[in-house]
Amino acid sequence: MTASTNDDIAVELVGIEKRFPGVIANHDVSLRVRRGTIHAIVGENGAGKSTLMKTLYGMHQPEAGTITVNGAEQHFKSPGDAIAAGIGMVHQHFMLADNLTVLENIILGSEPVSRGLLKVDDARRRIQELAAASGTHVDLDAPVSELGVGQRQRVEILKVLYRGARVLILDEPTAVLVPQEVDELFSNLHRLVAEGATIIFISHKLDEVLAVSDEITVIRKGTTVTTVLPADVDRVQLGELMVGSELPSPEGRESTVGTTVRLRVTGLTVPKPGQRNPVEDVTFEVHEAEVVGIAGVEGNGQFELCEAILGLTPIAAGTIELAGEDVTHATTRHRKAAGVSYIPFDRHREGLMLDSPLWENALLGREHEEKFTTGPFIDAGAAKADCRDVIDRFNVLTPSENVPAFALSGGNQQKLLVGRELSNDPHILLAAHPTRGVDIGAQAAIWGELRHARDQGLAVLLISADLDELIGLSDTILVMYDGRITARLDPATATPALLGSYMTGGTQETSQETVA
Amino acid sequence: MSIVAPTQLEAPNTAPSAGFIARINRTAATRTLTAGLVLVVLLSITRVITGADDLTSSGTVGTTLRLAMPILLAGMAGLWAERVGVLNIGIEGMMILGTWFGAYGAWQFGPWVGLLLGLLGGALGGLIHAVATVRFNVDHVISGVAMNLFAFGAMRYLSEIVFTGEQGGGISQSPVQQAPIPRFNMPFLAGGQIGGWKSPDMLGWLEEKHWFLIGDVAGLARGLVYNLSWATVIALALVPLSTFVLWRSRFGLRLRSSGEAPDAAESLGVNVTRVRYFGLLISGAFAGLGGAYLSIVASSYYRQGQTAGRGFIGLATMIFGNWMPSGVLGGALLFGFSDALKLRRSDSLTALFLFITFVAGLLVVLSLYRRKAVSAVVAALAGVLFLIAYLTVEEVPESLTQATPYVITLIVLATASQRLRPPAHAGKPWRAGEGH
Amino acid sequence: MSTPAPLPIEHASKSLLGKITTPASNPGVKRSLVTLASSIVAVLIALVISGILLQVTGKDALTAYQKIIETGTQGDKLLEMLQRATPLMLSAVAVAIGFKMNLFNIGVEGQYLFAALIAAVVGAELSLPAPLHVAVILIVAMAAGAFWAGIAAVLKVKRGVNEVIATIMLNYIALSVIQWLFDSFFRDDSVSGLNVKTKLIPTSGWMPNMFDGRLNSMLIVALAVVFAYWVLVFKSRFGFRLRASGLNGVAARTAGISSNQMIVLAILISGAVAGLIAMPSVLGEIHAYGQGVPDGLGFAGIAVALLGRNHPAGIVLAAMLFGFLDSTAGALQLAKIPNSILDVIQAIIVLTVVIVNEAVTRSMNKRTANQTARELEGAAPTAATLPEAVTA
Repeated sequence: MTASTNDDIAVELVGIEKRFPGVIANHDVSLRVRRGTIHAIVGENGAGKSTLMKTLYGMHQPEAGTITVNGAEQHFKSPGDAIAAGIGMVHQHFMLADNLTVLENIILGSEPVSRGLLKVDDARRRIQELAAASGTHVDLDAPVSELGVGQRQRVEILKVLYRGARVLILDEPTAVLVPQEVDELFSNLHRLVAEGATIIFISHKLDEVLAVSDEITVIRKGTTVTTVLPADVDRVQLGELMVGSELPSPEGRESTVGTTVRLRVTGLTVPKPGQRNPVEDVTFEVHEAEVVGIAGVEGNGQFELCEAILGLTPIAAGTIELAGEDVTHATTRHRKAAGVSYIPFDRHREGLMLDSPLWENALLGREHEEKFTTGPFIDAGAAKADCRDVIDRFNVLTPSENVPAFALSGGNQQKLLVGRELSNDPHILLAAHPTRGVDIGAQAAIWGELRHARDQGLAVLLISADLDELIGLSDTILVMYDGRITARLDPATATPALLGSYMTGGTQETSQETVA
Repeated sequence: MSIVAPTQLEAPNTAPSAGFIARINRTAATRTLTAGLVLVVLLSITRVITGADDLTSSGTVGTTLRLAMPILLAGMAGLWAERVGVLNIGIEGMMILGTWFGAYGAWQFGPWVGLLLGLLGGALGGLIHAVATVRFNVDHVISGVAMNLFAFGAMRYLSEIVFTGEQGGGISQSPVQQAPIPRFNMPFLAGGQIGGWKSPDMLGWLEEKHWFLIGDVAGLARGLVYNLSWATVIALALVPLSTFVLWRSRFGLRLRSSGEAPDAAESLGVNVTRVRYFGLLISGAFAGLGGAYLSIVASSYYRQGQTAGRGFIGLATMIFGNWMPSGVLGGALLFGFSDALKLRRSDSLTALFLFITFVAGLLVVLSLYRRKAVSAVVAALAGVLFLIAYLTVEEVPESLTQATPYVITLIVLATASQRLRPPAHAGKPWRAGEGH
Repeated sequence: MSTPAPLPIEHASKSLLGKITTPASNPGVKRSLVTLASSIVAVLIALVISGILLQVTGKDALTAYQKIIETGTQGDKLLEMLQRATPLMLSAVAVAIGFKMNLFNIGVEGQYLFAALIAAVVGAELSLPAPLHVAVILIVAMAAGAFWAGIAAVLKVKRGVNEVIATIMLNYIALSVIQWLFDSFFRDDSVSGLNVKTKLIPTSGWMPNMFDGRLNSMLIVALAVVFAYWVLVFKSRFGFRLRASGLNGVAARTAGISSNQMIVLAILISGAVAGLIAMPSVLGEIHAYGQGVPDGLGFAGIAVALLGRNHPAGIVLAAMLFGFLDSTAGALQLAKIPNSILDVIQAIIVLTVVIVNEAVTRSMNKRTANQTARELEGAAPTAATLPEAVTA
């Protein structure tokens, strides 16, 4: 690639460094993206991909390094500057106004006007041209609230194209899509590239990356490691580049799964008003000292499944039993008291009180326990002592238990949460992405704790996007696709490739009808 | 009782793009027209049965307009603020500013300057609210409450300094203004003058006959063209103007996007902060104009407590009108109408019960036709209740009728909240540059 | 960086972490001090702004403030200050309970007026021994306040109606309902003249006055309520759940705290406390419901709660400040300065306090985060070498 002339280079980053208080998010990052290619950037969660892309999109300014777009050095002060230089970004979380129409969303900020009044017909014509060229079709007059995820993403792409972007950054675009939509997206991207656009494609899904991209840059621990061609590497090699040497997969062990059923879910269906049921007729059991892993692309019903087990969402059909007791209609508090713990999907939303000190966070959900109360009062001393135990045992890096939770890094917040949920000796743990966003050392520590608790008899329902984590920890792996359990696999024989194929709705020997 | 008219009134504006509007407009227009016609017929029947001629008299319509305008303007103040993403609990306070500055301007410089000053006074309130909520990210409700406290105290203070010692003025009221805003009658329809010649009052003549339906339509129509203040015309014109600006202009699109998804808007280069400032200035101006209407058109002096909670009725009207200008107009007219009937003759109010009974009956038929058993039962129950009320209640206690707008709003919120479409981001804290 | 064996790391850093915990840095205490200081600054800013307002309108601000301080610090004025602070404390607590759970009870106004009428009417009908009579009236007032607030609670929990709008509407509905009940049923027609009121409460139901009638003993009740608020919200398990629901409703729900239950309880308790607000005048002054029951205390309570940062001590201090200002009204008027400037000062205080606090909290949070990061880097070199989660 070094042979390519500067004329071919759409975007070049050299020596980019970006710091946040206490951490270096990017250092010495260098990247060359050739015009008219799909260039993938791969890396683990937290490797610094998003930080880098925000730098390129002008959402923050780097401490050092240069950005060159089409041969001209740029200093982006805001996304506006980046847009002016022909760079567009499709965010992972869509930035759309639900109650406005598709057309309004697309033209917002770059409206064609005459004397302040919108020239709607001009806009419509222009968008229709762009849609035709890229093969993206949406009803321009529909309010965005009526669109599905895939259509929303198309609106986002049209938004970027409408602004004349020739370089498109797509941040984990497939995370929320169903397989057909992924295929459609990729075909759209190919058409765009054929029209002369350049695509920067951020992902950690290696199969997709290998399938769609022309070049791949690997980013690890905040820095770019290498750039390779998809033809030159296979999935395993790419994975090793991403993680450093070999994968730190949690070691399996002899199964000592017990015979008592701790959690039994039967025929569970969770409704969602106005949409398809996110969970449809799901049945499974988790035994004492067993880890049941749930594999699946995010948004295939895992979240709703956990909410239903916890009693946080109404269910349409089915039963839930905890240690033989039917809790289908029990309150959340009752279920928690029956020994259910939960490491939530989103620690900020569902897990922590960010403005409260750590000890209050460690107390949340356990405030009824006898050791923390004197009559109707909270025993702050006991709660603080317990919090210090959690801090020690789970290696939470913090000056004291009195600092507010927002002051900790994400990884340490996660360790505190895991500690809280394990320290009241639960019978069943629902663990959603237990090591998401934590460093590798902490990841190993959390795995160790989970394994230890499992050995003590804990039943774990493990939901993870990290296939190696699933394979390494689980005694059984269930694949969840489109709200259903579509496969049951033995981790001893399962490979990431096999899992990946099931997760995207693929069928091997066992078709999705045969299981469930 | 209240669900029918406004939902149809709001329909034309829900879809912002041209093609969609055209599609909706035809059906909605026919529906609104049919519904309006049916209601007039029912009103007419009610009038004939009860003999409560005030139900459809031009005088009632005139009073309705006069009472509805401050509520309308307050509702529009709420609409402009929430459309841009900021709750405005401080409308009441901004209206107080409007009443005071309006009265002061009218007293010193004449009614038109008064209206302008009132508008500017309200806008000043909007500016303070904007500085607090947009610049300093203060909770919208808190800022609004503070605005109400501030306006009350500050205008009392200013009254004491400015009005005390003047003829008829004092700590709690201003001197009486001399000249009112001119009014006019439409020539030929309501006997307006053309160059000194008094044209015939055709609608008035028809109304006097009290023929079934014809007399009623004449009365309703005459109320719209007889003894009409130019201030009322301006206030009414602001409704379609708001719709036009909000849905057809670039400013309007950016304004609405700030209320729906400020992060998205900001990411596309919209200066949400500036847009919100403008939205709140307009909101305050509407509230101020509403206040000035009270102290210049509806009366001829400022008085402490003159707003009497209309800022909050305006808020109620905004919800009732589903954050749509035409819906706000519908709500304001409805609340104004019930006030007007009460003001004119209290027996008209009981006649209204019979009217509601008819409407409920109609709803029962409609619900049965659409096979909606639950709503049929509810409508039937309401009908029976109001029939009983009509037959038994001699006079409605005034204290209770005052609560009508508030009760209706709670009922709407409790029963029809799925159909309400408030701006998605209204009232939520937001700070520039922290979107992603 | 592969780490096949997790345990050694865990143990290695354990001992180090023990040392990082420095007892001197208790963020809680420091934060309270900063909050207090920022509130004082906010009040001073408000006084400056009001002073400019005075000056612009041709009044001498210094004279005004001198007058306020002069009269306000006289002995009997101090009693008046406490007397005026009493309902403000109650009102502020009522509001603060809601705030603690992220609920905005704007309806305190309607709740206390409704409760005042009901309590006065029931109190007049009863004849009981003195302390019991008073107690029953207070309980009735609390029940009536809770009832009226409960409507908003039901609307919110069952129908999802926002409590701000609901309580605003209920304020006005309360006014109508009170007027109607009063006119139709409870007005004492034996009393003629302008000063209409309900039947008098027998003396056994009066709240005793102290200091020659210049201070009503409702102050003691109010202080007890503030203390109970402190214990309930800041020390009890219920309070922990309440605060957790306010700080992060989703997390609290996920942790098994029923949000609906907390909403209903918080609003009911808030309404019950609101029910007591008018009791100083109903039981200590008028001995009935009628002219003279003050209005506007519900909104003043919002101001006091904000200034007091929902903290019990803060509420007492803020109520005393507002009571102090109110007590100087007469003297100001005599000095030819319109006493409505006091309303203006109070309104401006609300705005400056929330603005200053917003700014201070933000910068303090930033500092805490940075400081924590620095402390960790300095004290635990081994920890810092661990790869951290890099994206914020």
